[in-house]
Amino acid sequence: MSTTAVPSKLAATEIAGHPLDPDSPLLDVEDLRVEFRMPTGTVVANDRVNYTLNQGETLAILGESGSGKSVSAQAVMGIIDTPPGHITDGSIRYRGLDLLTMPENDRRHVRGNHISIIFQDALSALNPVFTVGFQIAEMLRVHRGTSKKDARARAAELMDRVKIPSARERLDAYPHEFSGGMRQRVMIAMALALDPAILIADEPTTALDVTVQAQVMDLLAELQADTGMGLILITHDLGVVAEVADRVAVMYAGRIVETGDITDVYHRPTHPYTIGLMESLPQLDIKGGRLRPIPGSPPDLTMRPSGCAFHPRCRYAQQVCVDDDPPLRLPHPSMANDDRESACHFSEEIVDAQQ
Amino acid sequence: MPSSEPRPSQGMTVGRQGDGPALEVRNLVKHFPLTKGIVFKRTVGQIQAVDDVSFELYPGETLGLVGESGSGKSTVARTLLRLHEPTSGEAIFQGQDLFKLSASDMRAARRDIQMIFQDPYSSLNPRMTVGDIVAEPWRIHTGILPRNEQRGRVSELLELVGLNPDHINRFPHQFSGGQRQRIGVARALAVNPSVIIADEPVSALDVSVQAQVVNLLEDIQEEFGIAFLFIAHDLSVVRHIADRVAVMYLGRMIEVGTEEQIYERPVHPYTQALLSAAPIADPKRRAESERILLEGDLPSPADPPSGCRFRTRCWLFNQMRDEDEATGGNRTEKCITDDPRLEDGGFDHPSACHYPQERHIIASAEVDRVAAVRPDDSKMVVRDDREIEDAVKKEEDAQIEAAEAKHVEALESRKAKTIDET
Ligand SMILES: Nc1ncnc2c1ncn2[C@@H]1O[C@H](COP(=O)(O)OP(=O)(O)OP(=O)(O)O)[C@@H](O)[C@H]1O
Ligand SMILES: Nc1ncnc2c1ncn2[C@@H]1O[C@H](COP(=O)(O)OP(=O)(O)OP(=O)(O)O)[C@@H](O)[C@H]1O
Ligand code: SF4
Ligand code: SF4
Ligand SMILES: [Mg+2]
Ligand SMILES: [Mg+2]
Repeated sequence: MSTTAVPSKLAATEIAGHPLDPDSPLLDVEDLRVEFRMPTGTVVANDRVNYTLNQGETLAILGESGSGKSVSAQAVMGIIDTPPGHITDGSIRYRGLDLLTMPENDRRHVRGNHISIIFQDALSALNPVFTVGFQIAEMLRVHRGTSKKDARARAAELMDRVKIPSARERLDAYPHEFSGGMRQRVMIAMALALDPAILIADEPTTALDVTVQAQVMDLLAELQADTGMGLILITHDLGVVAEVADRVAVMYAGRIVETGDITDVYHRPTHPYTIGLMESLPQLDIKGGRLRPIPGSPPDLTMRPSGCAFHPRCRYAQQVCVDDDPPLRLPHPSMANDDRESACHFSEEIVDAQQ
Repeated sequence: MPSSEPRPSQGMTVGRQGDGPALEVRNLVKHFPLTKGIVFKRTVGQIQAVDDVSFELYPGETLGLVGESGSGKSTVARTLLRLHEPTSGEAIFQGQDLFKLSASDMRAARRDIQMIFQDPYSSLNPRMTVGDIVAEPWRIHTGILPRNEQRGRVSELLELVGLNPDHINRFPHQFSGGQRQRIGVARALAVNPSVIIADEPVSALDVSVQAQVVNLLEDIQEEFGIAFLFIAHDLSVVRHIADRVAVMYLGRMIEVGTEEQIYERPVHPYTQALLSAAPIADPKRRAESERILLEGDLPSPADPPSGCRFRTRCWLFNQMRDEDEATGGNRTEKCITDDPRLEDGGFDHPSACHYPQERHIIASAEVDRVAAVRPDDSKMVVRDDREIEDAVKKEEDAQIEAAEAKHVEALESRKAKTIDET
C-alpha cells in the first residue's frame, strides 16, 4: 500500500507496556461465562465458551437467534452492557495477554485498534450527520494523531481498498447516500483503518442481497489474505459458513456444542443439533425430498432446559441428558487427530451409527 | 403433490396446460409517483416498481418469485390484492379481472386469494387473541361459518398447523416467530382459499424452524390443492418448494421456467449471476463454483437504463463489448437501444435477453449430503416421535406461560409506576 500505511498490528510486541507473546494464538477464549442479571432472573448468555483463532484463519460462529453469538463478540471487544451484563468466569487472551484482567484504560488501546468489529446494521453504526470521509479520517486522527490532510488522503485510500467506486469523489457523501452494500464497505474501511490483527464480523451480510453478499464476502477474504489478520465471522447462514470458514464453532443456547474443521463438521457432524441443522437445510444444488426439521424452537435463555439444553428437541436424549450438561470433548476416538470437539453424551454412538 | 417433471413449454406458458390458470396476470404495471417538496408536493417522476409483468399461476402449483431487493416482488403481490391500485394491466381470476372489481366484489375475491407476510410480528394484531385472529376472516366474509361453529373450527385449524388448541386465548406476542407464522397460515386457511400469496414467509425464521413452516406449506398445498405464489430471496428455499420459478429484475420478469430449467439451464445473464452468487452449503464444493460477480447496485427504478434494464451490470454485455472492440462488431448496440421482451429465444423456456445462452452454473450434487450425516437409527436408542413431540410441547407451553407471566409483571410494574407518579 501507500506511504501512509502503518505496519499491521500483527507485528506489535506490546500494548501499553503489556507484552504480547508471538507464539500464542491470536485469540484464545477459555471457559467464558457472561450473565445478564435482569429483574426477571439471570440469563446465562455465554457458558463455558471456548475457541481459538490463529493468524490468517477464518473462524465461523454459527448459531440460531439468541444463541449467544453476538454476546461472545461483545465480550471479546469489551463492550458488554454492564449492568445488566457481567463476565463472571473465563479468560480472553489476545496473543497471550489476558484482556479481562487488563485495566480499562489500557484496554482501550486494543479495541478498534488491534481488534475491530463490524455489525449487520451499517446504517445505524455510522453517524448520519457526518460524511463518510470525515468519519474514517476522524478514527485516524483520534487514534493515531494523523494530520487532517493525511487522514483524508488515507480515508480515500481505504475507500478505494474496499472497492468503493470513485472513492475520492465520494469522501464527502453522507451515509444515506450509499446503498446497503456500499455502507457495509464503508464500515469495513473504518474497521480496517488501524490495521487490526483481528476483525470480528457480526452478521455482516445478513441484510444484503446474495449478489452483494458475495461481493462483500469476497472482499473480506481478499483483505484477509492481504493482511494475514484473523477473521471471526458470526452468522446463522450455513451456506456462507461453508463458503468462507476454515473452522466453525456451532452455538446452541449459550454454549458451543461442536467445533472443528469446516469440512469435518459439515460432512461428519457429531452433535445431534448440528445434524439437525444439516437435515433442515434446503439445498441449492439438488431438488431434495422432504426436509427434516428439528421439532420445537430454540429455548429462551431465561428458561434454559436442564442438563443438555438441546434435550427436549433431541431424538437421542436419555435420562442422563436431562440430568447432566455434557462437556465439550473429543467426540470419537477415531477423530483424535482432527482437532474437533462436541458436547454430547452419545457422540461415540452417533459416529458409529453414521453410514 | 404437483409433479415436478419438466413440462413441455410453448412460449410463455410453462405451467400445467390442461387445467387453465388459477390466476393470469397480463401486462401488470405499477408506477409510484416520485414526489419532491414537503408542503407543495410535485411529482417529479415515476418509480417503475413493476413494469409490464405477465405470468400464470396454475392450480395446485407453487410459483417461486425471486430477485434482488427492490426488484418489485412485493409490489406484484400487493397490487394483485389491490393493496396498491395498479397503473395498468389485468389479473384474471375466476373469469373476472380483479382490477375491474368494485370494492365489495374485491373483498369477496380476497376470500379466495389469501396472503401470508414475512413479518409475523407486525401482521398479527397484538390486541387480538389467537382465536380471534384466526376467526377474523369469518367476520369479514360473513355467512361462511355460523358463529357457534367457529370456535370448534379454530381449534381444528390450530391443530392442523401444529399449534396447541388450548392456546386459543393467548396473544401473538406470547408465541415464537415460527408459531406466529403458523397462526398466519391458520388464518389464511380459515376461508379455504384457492390461491395463497406468501411474501417471504420464512425469511425471518431460524433454519430449523423455517423447515417446519416449509413442510407445513407443502402439506396444506397437497391437502387442499392451493396454488402458491411464493416470494423469497433465498434461492435454496425456492428451489426446494417451487415447481416453477420467475426471476425479476428492476420491475421486469426476465426469465420464467420450471425449477429444473431455471436452476440447471438458466439462459439469462442475470439469473446466471444470481445463481452463481448463492452459497452452497458444502465446503467441498467451494473451489468448483466459478462466481460471476455483478458490479454495482440496482439502478434507480425511477430512471431505468435504456434498452435492456440489466445492461449496466450485465457481464455478457461487457464481454461482448470487449470482444467487439477487437473485431469491430457491434452486438451491444441492440442492448442499449432495444428493450428485450420476455419471449422464446430458442430455448425450452422464455427469457428477456437479446443474446440468451444456456449455462450450467450449479452442478448437481452427486451425493445426498443429508443421508450421509444421518445416523442409522437401528444402531441408536431413538425416542419415538410422539415422545419428542410431547417434550417439545411441554417446553413450548412453559415458554408461553413464562411470556404471560412476564407480560403481567410488566403491566403491574407499569401500573405501580403510574400510581407512584400521581
Ligand atoms: N443487553 C442485554 N441485556 C439483556 N440480555 C441480553 C443482552 N444482550 C443479550 N442478552 C441475552 O443474551 C442472549 C443471547 O444474545 P445474542 O445477542 O448473543 O444472540 P445471537 O446469537 O447474537 O442472536 P441473533 O442471531 O439474534 O443476533 C439473548 O437471548 C438475551 O437473552
Ligand atoms: N408504497 C410505495 N411508494 C413508493 N415506492 C414504492 C412503494 N412500495 C415500493 N416502492 C418501490 O418500488 C420498488 C420495488 O419495491 P418492492 O418492495 O416491490 O421490492 P421487493 O422485490 O419486494 O424487495 P425486497 O426483497 O426488499 O422486499 C422499490 O424501488 C421500492 O422503493
Ligand atoms: S447430550 Fe443427549 S440431549 Fe444432548 S445432544 Fe447429546 S443425546 Fe441429545
Ligand atoms: S439483452 Fe444484452 S444487456 Fe440485456 S441481459 Fe441480454 S446481453 Fe445483457
Ligand atoms: Mg447477534
Ligand atoms: Mg418485498
